[in-house]
Amino acid sequence: MNGFWSLLERDLILAARHKTEVLTGLFFMVVVASLFPLAIGPEMTLLKRIAPGVLWIGALLSTLLGLPRLFEGDWRDGSLEQMALSPVGLVPLVCAKITAHWVLSGLPLVLLAPVLSLQFDLSSELQGTLMLGLLLGTPVLSSLGAIGAALTLGVRGGGVLLSLLVLPLFVPVLVFGAGAIEAQAAGLGVQAHLSVLSAMLLLSVFLSPFACAAALQVALD
Amino acid sequence: MNAVASLFEVVDLSAQRGEQWLFENIGFTLHSGGWLQVQGDNGSGKTTLLRMLAGLSRCSSGTIRWGENNIRDEPQVFHSALIYLGHQLGLKEEMSALENLRVASHLAQQSFDPSRAHQALSGLGLGGREHLALRFLSQGQKRRVALAKLMTLKASLWILDEPFVALDTQGLAVLVGAIQDHLRRGGLLIYTSHQSVDLGDIPGWTLRLSA
Repeated sequence: MNGFWSLLERDLILAARHKTEVLTGLFFMVVVASLFPLAIGPEMTLLKRIAPGVLWIGALLSTLLGLPRLFEGDWRDGSLEQMALSPVGLVPLVCAKITAHWVLSGLPLVLLAPVLSLQFDLSSELQGTLMLGLLLGTPVLSSLGAIGAALTLGVRGGGVLLSLLVLPLFVPVLVFGAGAIEAQAAGLGVQAHLSVLSAMLLLSVFLSPFACAAALQVALD
Repeated sequence: MNAVASLFEVVDLSAQRGEQWLFENIGFTLHSGGWLQVQGDNGSGKTTLLRMLAGLSRCSSGTIRWGENNIRDEPQVFHSALIYLGHQLGLKEEMSALENLRVASHLAQQSFDPSRAHQALSGLGLGGREHLALRFLSQGQKRRVALAKLMTLKASLWILDEPFVALDTQGLAVLVGAIQDHLRRGGLLIYTSHQSVDLGDIPGWTLRLSA
């Protein structure tokens, strides 16, 4: 477990020394979410209707923004080799990388969501659902995205390929995440949507490190 | 160090690049305290061989055993006994030498001893620069930080790809001293080098790969 925490700490230290990389993703989210109210104008009913979709698409794209760099730095400077040769094993170390990615890209989105949703006039209950949905959904985005990042490692123009590979996989998260807010706005329960999101969370968090580790082994071979 | 485990055995190892065989049927046994230098022209497969021996690359055929076991079957046992230094140093430019060594120790599942790390770094002429981010160091100094791993981590097998590159005479002397200590303690060493470096009276082998 020591190796896991040490690598997580290392990635957070590196992010703290390279603040721009983290902040671009967040600013991207803020800008995207602010453009819609500006473009559509102050029509509250329309804004309220599109809010879940806009905020979730913003979260998706801002997660995607940091993904190409997830393993690239470590791959370039040989740290990935050392990780593959660590007795800790590649799977726990990949878990640490994914956790760091979520802490730096997903968690800030969860905290930022209520502020952004003010522009869409979402009620406090709907904001709660949005946050809960993002809390369950963003780790899925990070762990599925990591598989794409591992598969496209070292590929020319890998960034675009990564988006094409990963965005379709994000669709279920988008559907159920945005669907939860719509269901609540319509007066239906959110339990079903959140349960499906939780199921996706468990599956992806459990399985993706193995898939990533296998893909990284191939990239190193 | 376990006497039984300190045995590195390679049987009939072959590597293929596309249609071409880089090398075929390489075999050797390295016992405690033994070293092997891999020689060969550029492109003869030295790095490929070393990466295979470290377990990074898959071999086309053949087996590599550490102690009794194939390294593919027991990778954790093998990797906890191994230090591999490749062309890329595996260090983070934004972090200091000490921070890099601390992460390296934890990745090797060993406890980090700051005084030992300080000692290793000052032995390599990096005293006073332990807390400086690596991007402020020169290429040779960065290599020295990577070499400080050899002195701070405990491992019985060292696999070093061109360890003497970019080192000045003083750095070279320190590294050769560290290698001799390692071998006298019963460690094993496999390395590639274009330079001929005198490892003293410790007997070893040379493997020549032809392109």
